[in-house]
Amino acid sequence: MILGTVYAFLFLVAVFCLVVGVALRVIRYSRTPVPLVIPTTPAPTTTRGVVALMFREVVLFESLFKGSKWTWLFGWLFHFGLVVALLRHLRYFTEPVWQWVEVIQWVGLYGGGVMLFGLLGLWARRFLVDRVRYISAPSDHLMLALLVAIAGSGLAIKYGVHTDIVALKAFTRGLLVFDWQPLPAEPLLLIHLTLVIFLMVIFPFSKLLHAPGIFFSPTLTMKDTPREKRHSAPWADEINRSTLR
Amino acid sequence: MAKHEFSIPVVKSTLEIPPIQPGAMAHSSPFVAKAEHQQPLGFPGELVDNWKSVAIDKMEELLGKYRALPVFLDSCVKCGACTDKCHYYLGTGDPKNMPVARQDLLRSVYRRYFTVAGKYFPKLVGAVELTEEVIDDWYRYYHQCSECRRCSVYCPFGIDTAEITMAGREILASIGVGQKYANEIIGKVHKIGNNLGLPGPALINTLEGLEEEVEEEINVPVKFPLDQVGADVLLVTPSADFFAEPHVDGLIGYAKVFHQAGISWTLSSYASEAANFGIFIGNYENMQKVAERIRQAAIDLGVKRIVVGECGHAWRVAYSFWNTLIGPFDFLDPAYPTPQHICELTYDLLQQGQLKLDPAQNDDKVVTFHDSCNVSRGSRMGDTPGGQFTIPRALIRSACSHFVDMAPETTHEHTFCCGGGGGLLTDDLLELRVKGALPRVSALKRVIEEDGVTHMAAICAICKSQFSKVLPEYGMGMDMVVSVHQLIGDALVFESAQ
Repeated sequence: MILGTVYAFLFLVAVFCLVVGVALRVIRYSRTPVPLVIPTTPAPTTTRGVVALMFREVVLFESLFKGSKWTWLFGWLFHFGLVVALLRHLRYFTEPVWQWVEVIQWVGLYGGGVMLFGLLGLWARRFLVDRVRYISAPSDHLMLALLVAIAGSGLAIKYGVHTDIVALKAFTRGLLVFDWQPLPAEPLLLIHLTLVIFLMVIFPFSKLLHAPGIFFSPTLTMKDTPREKRHSAPWADEINRSTLR
Repeated sequence: MAKHEFSIPVVKSTLEIPPIQPGAMAHSSPFVAKAEHQQPLGFPGELVDNWKSVAIDKMEELLGKYRALPVFLDSCVKCGACTDKCHYYLGTGDPKNMPVARQDLLRSVYRRYFTVAGKYFPKLVGAVELTEEVIDDWYRYYHQCSECRRCSVYCPFGIDTAEITMAGREILASIGVGQKYANEIIGKVHKIGNNLGLPGPALINTLEGLEEEVEEEINVPVKFPLDQVGADVLLVTPSADFFAEPHVDGLIGYAKVFHQAGISWTLSSYASEAANFGIFIGNYENMQKVAERIRQAAIDLGVKRIVVGECGHAWRVAYSFWNTLIGPFDFLDPAYPTPQHICELTYDLLQQGQLKLDPAQNDDKVVTFHDSCNVSRGSRMGDTPGGQFTIPRALIRSACSHFVDMAPETTHEHTFCCGGGGGLLTDDLLELRVKGALPRVSALKRVIEEDGVTHMAAICAICKSQFSKVLPEYGMGMDMVVSVHQLIGDALVFESAQ
């Protein structure tokens, strides 16, 4: 029972860090003005066009595809493996399990493997490509290590040392309603959960901020309509006015 | 500074990605601005005593003024997609010329002073104290970036190193370490009205000379009007167009187009410069002040339209920033876009059948086109995205029978900088300029060998000057470079308007 309470507490702290930390950054980004029109052109001239572009960037990683085919392949496999694996985990939080979550269970399992494959590919590049080796800080390796460990421990639980799924689900369901339940004392499970908690905590302090950041990138999100519509920011307009004669 | 001896890179027609060579360009650094170049721009004359705190305060100020900065500094995941995209990296192999590494020079300091991770775990996340060595590295490598935005095309988050370079230069200037070349030029514009410091009388002289020269050559009285109140069009063009080769042939081309179309136009001696080096040093105040002269000239001359000559960064500033800096343009004719590029104007005239071109006049040439970085990735022409690529090509095809494009990975938004943009077109950076031109020169070499290309047209004063200087280093003729409007002017058929 103590274990359940401790992990419940840790999860709450982690969720708090993640939500508040990211919210603070997002507020900061949205409150910082963009004084000049700086889309990387050719850029869309309509809002619809910008939405389409952002869809292609977020879902297909279009620019990365232009930039590096290998990084695109591994990066895309990792991210979308992660997405389906996360969706698969919804079964621990829903009762009865949503139909579509049931349906994608088998995809989600592949997701874990695909994610791991992508991560190892990305990590290999950090050693094999001299340019990427040069720009890699210890934190870049540790981030990959952390994600590999999360994916690895998750797959190990599924295929190796099974855990008490029913008890685990009671714990996760309890989290949602602040009703602490016991957590199975399986080492692999505890490792898996601890690493996830750690990832959630460091999210707003790390390069994982690219996830909210992309939606605030002026070069991607701005429309190319400077002649049609005058754009300005208050601090810049103050300067503009000061030179009027 | 002692002249650094260097060897000209070997040009292959397919570009190879060099292995990293740390420190390969650590000796490259432009002359530092003197007090007389700094102070007129509002910067301290020399390194201030408390430079460290001034620099950190400036960084904080910029982080609050430009959303791009916190977003770009936070979002990079070090994926490496940009590492082989910079022409300066490809030409030098210096890893600090990889866009991400160039950003990291600023990012590592940002992390140390403005992020939790960098404050408590600096080693882990690569955060560093701001030291004199860091300042030196900033000065070196923020002057090995031409702000061409090529890296931003391939970045999954659109991170534009130009924005980082501009911030880096702005911080440097604010502690008293500005760049002589750019700041001296901006000072001349503030004082006299153009980058060259060409005063009104000299301008009159030059333009009169051009009128005589053109009339002698083609027997048509093409005018080059200056300060003509009541003209329809104010033409603002880079001052290099007034005398440098091959720029001046472009100016002659514009004048011929205006003449044949019967458009009344004028240059201004007050605003005799389209270039705006304010963008290069990343300083809003100076960029605004340079642009303001043009607004004033347009009002004083009572023109209806403003047209911009062939200049890359000038067109980015004009197209993307003017409306912000000196708009709204409610005193101009709303029937025309403001500003309008000379290529747009000529293209429209051609579409309307108001100009007739005889491509046979350029039959001695096989022409290719160098997309200028600021036009390609920082602006547009015409009504649809990509007009900046199709319109100049349409003009060249109308004026020449033989046109060949260079490899697609080196044109349109993938184009390579000429190697001299972004305020680096100075002889104290000659090695950088020569090596930075390598990717473009490789693509050019291929079309020379495979298609017999004889000329490369450009629509940027910096590109034209840079190529005229560095192509000979690679054994190519400096006269290969031509203005697009030189081709137009040479092909233009003069019909008397009766």
